[in-house]
Amino acid sequence: MKFTKEHEWLRTEGDVVVVGITEHATTQLGDIVFVELPETGTTVAKDDEVVVIESVKAASDIMAPIDGEIIAVNEALGDNPGLVNEDAVGAGWFFKIKPSAPSQMDSYMDEAAYTSLIS
Amino acid sequence: MSELLRTALYDLHVELGAKMVPFAGYAMPVQYPMGVMQEHTQARTKAGLFDVSHMGQVIVKGDNFETAALALEALIPVNILGLEVDRQRYGFFTNDAGGIMDDLMLANRGDHVFVVVNAVCKAADIAHMQSNLTGVTVTEITDRSLLALQGPAAESVLATLDPKAADMRFMDVATLTLAGVECWVSRSGYTGEDGYEISVPSAQASALAKQLLAHDDVAPIGLGARDSLRLEAGLCLYGHDIDTDTTPTTAALNWAIQRVRRTDGDRAGGFPGADVILAELANGADVKRVGLRPEGRAPMREGVLLFANADDADPIGKITSGGFGPTVGGPVAMGYLPTALATNDTTVYGELRGKRLPLTVTQLPFTPANFKR
Repeated sequence: MKFTKEHEWLRTEGDVVVVGITEHATTQLGDIVFVELPETGTTVAKDDEVVVIESVKAASDIMAPIDGEIIAVNEALGDNPGLVNEDAVGAGWFFKIKPSAPSQMDSYMDEAAYTSLIS
Repeated sequence: MSELLRTALYDLHVELGAKMVPFAGYAMPVQYPMGVMQEHTQARTKAGLFDVSHMGQVIVKGDNFETAALALEALIPVNILGLEVDRQRYGFFTNDAGGIMDDLMLANRGDHVFVVVNAVCKAADIAHMQSNLTGVTVTEITDRSLLALQGPAAESVLATLDPKAADMRFMDVATLTLAGVECWVSRSGYTGEDGYEISVPSAQASALAKQLLAHDDVAPIGLGARDSLRLEAGLCLYGHDIDTDTTPTTAALNWAIQRVRRTDGDRAGGFPGADVILAELANGADVKRVGLRPEGRAPMREGVLLFANADDADPIGKITSGGFGPTVGGPVAMGYLPTALATNDTTVYGELRGKRLPLTVTQLPFTPANFKR
């Protein structure tokens, strides 16, 4: 698993990458009450705003960490956005992206580097 | 946050794991480890303890209660003289344009009026009273803290400390002995739930808070849940839903102005902005505060512009408070609309991230009040 300094995680599953936010991020955001996800089939570029998260406190934008095509989104978050708080790195994933430039992954942190960032 | 003021409960908040934020010049708990959603539900289903010591507590005293009440009526369009002993009522200071300078609570305490004002306005309110009230003394109480115990279990919890708590009705005020200390208690609050506000000497505030928190039904609640609770209850937040640009009528607060202060009442007018306020009470105003339910789940917050139609160019109003209502289970908001559109079930559109999304004008409160009348 790779991590961005914006507290996103990226998990490679075959030729797609699953993206979500870390437990550290959900702790900072508080209870999440709404997640606006991109449409499946959208082509996105790194740093595009692709997801909006509304917590009880405020709205936050989540950027695409890499270039690619959104091939799936976590529809379960529509009815149950609290999944992001309950299981940030599992059931609370946001979208699956098919990378067009997989080498962009190389610039991101491994778990040890991320853990030291947030500690 | 060294420049911020601290309430007497500061160390307790930190000990309880609160996230402290600046609010009205004080370091205040925005949430505890329980989190805003659960804290909200706690206050709706059991009881929550809030530190509201940042609010202003003021004694207005004259030769007798009547002197103080009549003096205050020159600044506040409310029947203060008619308050019975140990009864409390809601009111507001108005300015010459009929705008609201602050909202407040007023209690008849026998020989004086006890006033509780908002933290952000308290310096201005006290200066306003000191320079404009004649024949009375205005004294800020600086050695007492203010706690709120709110929720359906509040009565049973407080009655364990003083059984007289259970005899009080909504808006009653009494002096109770809690944890061995004389406290000034009102049966009121800012959540839409039954509950109490407790003025306690600051030296004993932390001990009383700990004793209340020791009860299984009580948990500490931060400003985050205080905001969502009052929003669901349809209660105004000064500086957001009401300010000097809103009048009692535009703010849908006509109910707070008793007949005796209205045109043809025995003490009609005689407060700042009376010409504007009395005319609006009789004839209505152009705009009105309403409850709004956004469709779907996306919250619409303060500042979102409202449109009569999804493709209109010009906004007709805006949201003044908005967020997620944990008890409602969806987004809720309040805002101002032209009076013609301020009727229940009207659909308007809010602009959120470039999209126009529908909201429905909805009767306030969003959650039924649970007062012990």
